[in-house]
Amino acid sequence: MSVADFAFYLFALTTVVGGFFTVMARNPVHSVLWLITAFVGATGLFVLLGAEFVAMLLMIVYVGAVAVLFLFVVMMLDVDFAELKAEMAKSLPLALLIGVILLMELATIFGTWQFADGADAARAAVTPALDVAHNTQALGQILYTDYILLFQLAGLILLVAMIGAIVLTLRHRTNVKRQNVIAQMHRDPAKAMEVIDVKPGQGL
Amino acid sequence: MSSVDIQTVLPELALAIYAMVALLGAVYTGKDALAKPITWITGAVMVVIALMVAGGDGATAAFGGMFLDDAYARFAKVAILLAAAAVLVMGEATMSRRGLLRFEYPILVALGTVGMMMMVSAGDLMSLYMGLELQSLSLYVVASLNRDSVKSTEAGLKYFVLGALSSGLLLYGASLTYGYAGTTLFSGIITAASDGHVGLGLLIGLVFVTAGMAFKVSAVPFHMWTPDVYEGAPTAVTAFFATAPKLAAMALFGRVLFDAFGGAIGDWQQIIALLAVLSMFLGAIAAIGQTNIKRLMAYSSIAHMGFALLGLAAGSEYGVQAMLLYMAVYLTMNIGTFAFIMSMERDGRPIADISALNQFAVTDKLKGLAMLILLFSLAGVPPMLGFFAKYGVLIAAVQAGLTWLAVAGVVASVIGAFYYLRIVYFMYFGDEGEGLELNMSPAAWVALVGSAAIVILGVVNFFGIETAAAAAAQALVN
Repeated sequence: MSVADFAFYLFALTTVVGGFFTVMARNPVHSVLWLITAFVGATGLFVLLGAEFVAMLLMIVYVGAVAVLFLFVVMMLDVDFAELKAEMAKSLPLALLIGVILLMELATIFGTWQFADGADAARAAVTPALDVAHNTQALGQILYTDYILLFQLAGLILLVAMIGAIVLTLRHRTNVKRQNVIAQMHRDPAKAMEVIDVKPGQGL
Repeated sequence: MSSVDIQTVLPELALAIYAMVALLGAVYTGKDALAKPITWITGAVMVVIALMVAGGDGATAAFGGMFLDDAYARFAKVAILLAAAAVLVMGEATMSRRGLLRFEYPILVALGTVGMMMMVSAGDLMSLYMGLELQSLSLYVVASLNRDSVKSTEAGLKYFVLGALSSGLLLYGASLTYGYAGTTLFSGIITAASDGHVGLGLLIGLVFVTAGMAFKVSAVPFHMWTPDVYEGAPTAVTAFFATAPKLAAMALFGRVLFDAFGGAIGDWQQIIALLAVLSMFLGAIAAIGQTNIKRLMAYSSIAHMGFALLGLAAGSEYGVQAMLLYMAVYLTMNIGTFAFIMSMERDGRPIADISALNQFAVTDKLKGLAMLILLFSLAGVPPMLGFFAKYGVLIAAVQAGLTWLAVAGVVASVIGAFYYLRIVYFMYFGDEGEGLELNMSPAAWVALVGSAAIVILGVVNFFGIETAAAAAAQALVN
């Protein structure tokens, strides 16, 4: 067994075991930690495939940001997992139905699915060969040059989403006191404070 | 990306940049105080861009075929831009009376219009989806613009959830199509299906893509959202929903069916025919029981989409031409009708009850007559333009050998005529009611009387748009 084979089995096992315990763990925080394990395993698999950019992306974005976000959500929100599980039992028939449909779809793919002539060639033609351009360069070429139109449109969609969120939720309240730093710093102690000599037994 | 690419998307680019500049300008200066001028300027910009688009010629494919600029796209774009401009301008007074004219409204409409222009120019499943989402997201937001009203919020939320579902269907279909053809470009998909043999993947993909788009044009059985959204949204926004997005979705439908699945006409013809029949009949029958005129217009638009689909179902060049003409006439009629509906008030409050129209035409002869003409045209009564539009799609169906479909269309239009004529009856011979105040801005008045005039005068030669529609259809089908 070569080193690459060994690495593959190691990462594959990590991914599968991580995924299994993500589902099986009773404690949701443990689930998230197992999920991180699965991500790390998948990262290793990507490196073995020669997709180093996606591997690092997975590490930084998923492990570094998304999983931590999950962890926050799980710990901050008071989710009753026992109740969720009871709910799941109710919708079991539907879940089974969907499972059967998915299974049938898989059967179609392996049974009667056909590809158009030249479909695989068309799929491969989009990306240059690895010796022409490395991953990062190829991704950048596709995302920011070939698909620049779509990239910009995605930006517009996000802009609309942002405007929408503001339009639908922002309310300008008139009687709110806001902090005014300049005014605070320019306060004059002589005007703001007054020292009064209170005589004992008299009060103000 | 070359300078040719930039030149080809210049209309979209100009509108998007205008929207962003207007947004920045309004945020940093007067905010809602600027809403009124921005609305008018947006309308003017749209008209200018429409003129710019109308001046183009030839067929260009930009960005590696993802963006197509041909006569078909130009026809749809001009209609979309003019309709959006008209709706913005005529709704401005109503929106500000209801306190809903916020500066984001025209900007969202402008960005949504950019999305629609992308949709009709799409040459790739991905650019199709991007355009569709840009349009849909803008529409979701403007639907719930009246955020203090439960109905408006509900309309937006319902539209959003069901729209997300339909996007899911569409994407599923797109991914299966990609899986089969190996490319998302329409030009690649059509070559994959051109040898007369349509693979299973393409077929399932076609069905799902069709379902996703049938939702956007609100064809039965994907119409459930329409009445609720029409009723809940502010009336000026409903007027927008009923016009430009409908044409954009219908044009996109034609684009996908012919440009991408043109090799499988026999396969999609039956789906479209079924959608058309169901839409025509449900739209005609369900509208009868409505008492709210906005809901009634929703069912009316469902029925009209059925007729437009009739043109597509023909699967011929003449069918596409008839569909485009039908949609252009539909836009004109709806702009006029909604200019009237959005001005309906009693004691300063908006009213949408049909019974409020009782005896209206007796007191206000001109507006009553304009409404009569528009309703007759919507019903398809002969001397009006609506009749010729219907006639066109029916002829297209007969020519394509779908005589049963044409007969069904005639029957449905007779059933549908009942509720339009009932409104006319109420307006002229109804019981003495509480009366109706028509608080019409000059722009809305121009829209109402103008579209009524167009519907009558267009009989002469359709204002020449017939040749434009023929050129558009030829660009698409060949």
